[in-house]
Amino acid sequence: MSRNGPPTVSSATNDVERVKPASRFAVGRLLLEGRAFMALLVVIIVFSILSKNYLTVNNMLTMSSHVAVYALLAMGQLLVILNGGIDLSVGSTLGLSGMVAGFLMQGVRLDAFGVVMYPAVWVVVIASCLVGALVGLVNGVLISRFKVAAFVATLGMLYVVRGFALLMTNGLTYNDLGGRSDLGNTGFDWLGFNRIADVPIGVLVMILVALALSFLLSRAVFGRWLYASGGNERAAELSGVPVKRVKIWVYVASGVCSAIAGLILSSELTSASPTAGTSYELTAIAAVVVGGAALTGGRGNIRGTLLGAFVIGFLSDGLVIIGVSVYWQTVFTGAVIVFAVLLNAIQYRGRRRRNQPGGQPPATTPADHLTEPASEPSGH
Amino acid sequence: MTGPHNGIVMSARNVVKTYGGTRALKGVDFDIRRGSVTSLFGENGAGKSTLMKILAGVESPTSGEILLDGETVDFSSTVDAREHGISIIHQELSLAPNLSVRDNIFMGREITTPTGVDFGEEARQTAQLMKEMEEEIDPLTLVAALRLGQQQIVEIARALSVDSRILIMDEPTSALSASEVTVLFKRIADLKSRGVAIVYISHHLEEALQVADHAVVLRDGSVTAVAEVRDVDLGWIVRNMVGANFSLGEPPSEEGFGEVALSIEGVSVADAANPTRLVVDNLSLDVKAGEIVCIYGLMGAGRTELLEAVAGRVPITAGRVLLKGADVSHLSIAKRLAKGLGLVPEDRQRDGLVQTMPVGRNLSLASISGLVRGVFLSGALERTLVNESIGTVGVKTTGAEAPIGSLSGGNQQKVVLGKILATRPEVFLLDEPTRGIDVGAKAEVFRLLAAGAAKGLAVLYSTSEVGESLSIAHRIVVMRRGHITAEFGPDATKEEIMAASGEAVAV
Repeated sequence: MSRNGPPTVSSATNDVERVKPASRFAVGRLLLEGRAFMALLVVIIVFSILSKNYLTVNNMLTMSSHVAVYALLAMGQLLVILNGGIDLSVGSTLGLSGMVAGFLMQGVRLDAFGVVMYPAVWVVVIASCLVGALVGLVNGVLISRFKVAAFVATLGMLYVVRGFALLMTNGLTYNDLGGRSDLGNTGFDWLGFNRIADVPIGVLVMILVALALSFLLSRAVFGRWLYASGGNERAAELSGVPVKRVKIWVYVASGVCSAIAGLILSSELTSASPTAGTSYELTAIAAVVVGGAALTGGRGNIRGTLLGAFVIGFLSDGLVIIGVSVYWQTVFTGAVIVFAVLLNAIQYRGRRRRNQPGGQPPATTPADHLTEPASEPSGH
Repeated sequence: MTGPHNGIVMSARNVVKTYGGTRALKGVDFDIRRGSVTSLFGENGAGKSTLMKILAGVESPTSGEILLDGETVDFSSTVDAREHGISIIHQELSLAPNLSVRDNIFMGREITTPTGVDFGEEARQTAQLMKEMEEEIDPLTLVAALRLGQQQIVEIARALSVDSRILIMDEPTSALSASEVTVLFKRIADLKSRGVAIVYISHHLEEALQVADHAVVLRDGSVTAVAEVRDVDLGWIVRNMVGANFSLGEPPSEEGFGEVALSIEGVSVADAANPTRLVVDNLSLDVKAGEIVCIYGLMGAGRTELLEAVAGRVPITAGRVLLKGADVSHLSIAKRLAKGLGLVPEDRQRDGLVQTMPVGRNLSLASISGLVRGVFLSGALERTLVNESIGTVGVKTTGAEAPIGSLSGGNQQKVVLGKILATRPEVFLLDEPTRGIDVGAKAEVFRLLAAGAAKGLAVLYSTSEVGESLSIAHRIVVMRRGHITAEFGPDATKEEIMAASGEAVAV
């Protein structure tokens, strides 16, 4: 999707140029670069053999709509990870977004006027997204202005946001988000149930978000700023990149993506549970990693992350279809993640071979030791 | 060099070390003698630290051999070297600040009994070591609580506590007071009498001459002179260190000077680690359009802090910075860059380059906002800018898509220069722009600066190599301890400049 070379692609081809490997290595390298795609093919082929029902258009679309929720979370997460951060609050934000939608769909009682207001569905959608953006804003400000470690700040928000979601109903679930035609607020289930040209709306939303973010990353100034500040924040800052602003925006974007995922999930279920999305943040991180992004920042793209989400989603749905125990699914998912990280380590190996005696750049390249012939006085 | 004063314990024979395309050592011979101090002299980038790292097993030579007691050795690691009785005091401290002095001294070689570590014995020995160093430091003090000089003492004490036959000291006194240096020299005399061979490296030339028996001078990766210290003087050392004036360029004609482009007015900068200390103290300096000004100074003189404060990376505590008469002191780095004030940082790996991006994207990074057409970046505009930049600064690369790590140090530096030049700055700040690049690339960097100045660019660069201050600069400003101590024209001599910096008091 993002054809205009995000770093993984371009630097990879150049690795080939520099190392000038024999052709047999080139095949191995190709498999390594395209591993998420290969993994997806393997998953599809294996399950198609094991079950006749797997490779049908209908099943593919159903599975894709499951994937859409994870993929939306993962794309938001990718932005954060490209920046060199992590967002653990996305699962909770997903839950809160659904609860906000549920709350608004039930009607807002305005005691002062003695009326109950039933906001239109589009208002509900915007309100939920704003809540997601607000969570992201808090994360971003904590991390960029107050220098709280991303892991800690978003871990805290994971609890806070989940707590708010539970507080809204004392832990109860909002059922029946269908709305009533006499109140003029029907249509919420459209997101989760309807299809356009047979494609579930959730999948279409995922595709739209993916296209938008792809263009953002590969063609907009913001994308370049993001890759630069994730690759080397100090250098980016000296090049005039507003690194703090970029950082806040990626968390806001991640919050909005989570909110959209929450809307789709609660619409599919026509109910909003305050515990929805628990531990989804880990699945999202896994999808980003399987998609080849580096947790140190600066490397990764939307295409890889989407593939990562599909690998994880198609694998777990496939295991359900062939009737494998849920517990085995957990084991398989974990194994895929470890394997993906292992391959990442192989791909990026040599880029940070030896620590330099002085400062350590965030992501070093193989040529580091080619560049400082005499690392003479630098410190004080 | 096997003369009457033999007793050579360790030597390097024809050692070559290359990093990528750069030759840091070009066939160096070096001897270390029992019971004597050999001092290694040379400017930054001459290869001193590289040679010491090879002797201490931190790095392996590309070719050549290391002899220990006449036998070829090949250290696989520092541990290996330490087992052969070689220890090194690095110029960067290698202490764990969260541990006590005692734990740092015995790190990795704890005294153990069947019931665990014998902390009492360790503390006793640590106290003894501190007494020998004439320092009142409690063995249980955390290293983080010590001032820098005391930390350096602990580092030295640790190296002394290992019974080594060969001790390499790389800038051991950079943070020490005069009395602490005296104590260190006493200890060095003790060690000599016990037959330890010592290599001593210091930027304070007089200090090194005072303690050394043999002098070896290194320049651009080759040994240029070897002598007994009693036969030579400071002038001899300086002459051999800096060599003849190989031309790094001439100052461009002065006719083109314009208005004052950059005006630094009474700027002070506080030390990040210790806010009560000023690393730049009420400093004022003007640079005119078309003028090239060089700031010369030793490490710690405050050059980097001054340039970073002008660029907006570190806050100033007093004074202001004017760009063509407009106060920019409170603007962000990005806004200053947009107004035409750009900095090429000292450490290009840490602050200059985005290693995850290819050459082209590094070059366009600082001017990327100007390449937008509509909502999106214009690929065509970016390609034009990148190709122009590659041509202007003369980057040798296979193309805009080549990974930045595939370039040599000099070409990487040109990318950092090109990135800032692409923003069309009016004031160009460069902190040690030639650090770690070879002579050819140095000359090219200076040629670029001279060409920029001829077109009206105001250039302010810093250096710790006196030869570079005497190349293209119209004016040389010497900085010492946060102040400007002297100002020279291009006709100054190396000796004058070095004397003003505190490097060599009188020649």
